[in-house]
Amino acid sequence: MSMPFFSPSDDPGSNFPDLLRRLGLTSVAQPGGNAAHLSIPHATTCVALRYADGVVMAGDRRATSGNLISHRSMEKVVQADRHSGVAIAGAAGPAIEMIKLFALQLEHYEKVEGSALSLEGKANQLSMMVRGNLSAAMMGMIVIPLFAGYDLRRQIGRLWNYDATGGRYEERDYVATGSGSLHAGTVIKVGFRDALDRDEAVNLACRSLWEAADADSATGGPDVLRGIYPVVATITEAGWQRLDDADLITRYEMIMQAVRPR
Amino acid sequence: MSMPFYVAPEQVMKDRADYARKGIARGRALVAIRYADGIALVAENPSNTLRKISEIYDRIAFAGVGKYNEFDQLRVAGVRAADLKGYQYSRDDVDARSLANQYAQILGQIFTHEMKPMEVEILVAEVGHDGSPDQLFHILYDGTVMDGGRFRVLGGDAEGINARLDKTYAVDLTLGAAVRAATAALCGPDRTLEATDLEVAVLSRSNGRRCFQRLSDDVVALLLAG
Repeated sequence: MSMPFFSPSDDPGSNFPDLLRRLGLTSVAQPGGNAAHLSIPHATTCVALRYADGVVMAGDRRATSGNLISHRSMEKVVQADRHSGVAIAGAAGPAIEMIKLFALQLEHYEKVEGSALSLEGKANQLSMMVRGNLSAAMMGMIVIPLFAGYDLRRQIGRLWNYDATGGRYEERDYVATGSGSLHAGTVIKVGFRDALDRDEAVNLACRSLWEAADADSATGGPDVLRGIYPVVATITEAGWQRLDDADLITRYEMIMQAVRPR
Repeated sequence: MSMPFYVAPEQVMKDRADYARKGIARGRALVAIRYADGIALVAENPSNTLRKISEIYDRIAFAGVGKYNEFDQLRVAGVRAADLKGYQYSRDDVDARSLANQYAQILGQIFTHEMKPMEVEILVAEVGHDGSPDQLFHILYDGTVMDGGRFRVLGGDAEGINARLDKTYAVDLTLGAAVRAATAALCGPDRTLEATDLEVAVLSRSNGRRCFQRLSDDVVALLLAG
């Protein structure tokens, strides 16, 4: 592989996807025809909510192909950089590729420019990537991400929801996406209040995924048998921090105790 | 038709090398030094925005001295090459040796074929992990690559700085001791350097995936104070 050099008028700057295009390494395959009949794994429910110190993101681990579970330990909530994360719902292949490229773009920008993008800039960048996937989305390979992070300039946690056309909507308090989003979103809506502490916010996120898994067959609950628990992470001024399984086990034990009488 | 004057190739190469060396010697020097937890890079650089040291990849850093626009162009090309390789293959496949070779090819090509050689000296440093050794690749304006060593000095008065650092260097220095040794070697006996005159960064094994970290003036001042 040779080192890429460009003339000043042709230089892609700090844009990694543009660099790929210029080198003929286009990232996202654009299919012809309808991909709906292909059994492509789909990723499901993810939530994010704001709390006193930042945001919590959480997502279940199940991927489904039609009526079958195709993957039990998928990670749909992924760290994008030190102060942000992405969660995805939709066709797993393009979604994972999009996240990988997005995280790489943030790092690439930071290295080339010598400073990180603003949080708003990152959200906008993701919006363009979702828009780039529109023709694939029309053929059934839709990808809907959530983006959340800690805004170092404003000193608050912020979150964004997207649609298939790249539409970008900043949410005030919480957001849910994927097949179980109706149930998960309702749980958060009922339990949310301003400036929750970390513990309360994490518990609410865990509970919302529990209820989504309880009512939506495409969302996975905590898998005690295999020791697979949702991915839950907080993003604060100190950065991204994923909760370990031991912590989640105790939280889900508590939820199980609470729902047992019903 | 006029005939161009004949100039012996030895003379052409010597003139170009002199030209490049002169340009590099005008700039201030930079030291890369291995310490217990990784590699420290210390440059004399009063500017707080135009960097000589920067991150290329998870375990790899770049440092350059000489003409800023020229080594910055090489830096960006290195970031692109590394990110592309990591994207197409795996993050584990990106290594300093292959980057150093590519830089050497480019600098050698420009030195022999272009009107003007690049007035730069660059360093590609990779911090080892799981027992693999730290690597320092020092590449000259004509594409000559030198590797290994406990420390590397780039830029003007490299010989003097090398001699001074050779006396004070020890294996498994702490970060503070490494920065003090590098700074003392950069200064020489006749002057002192403050934290604000320095640009310091480390590739530290304990930093997680991205080992590169810049040290702020406050942190450098504390390290210098010992």
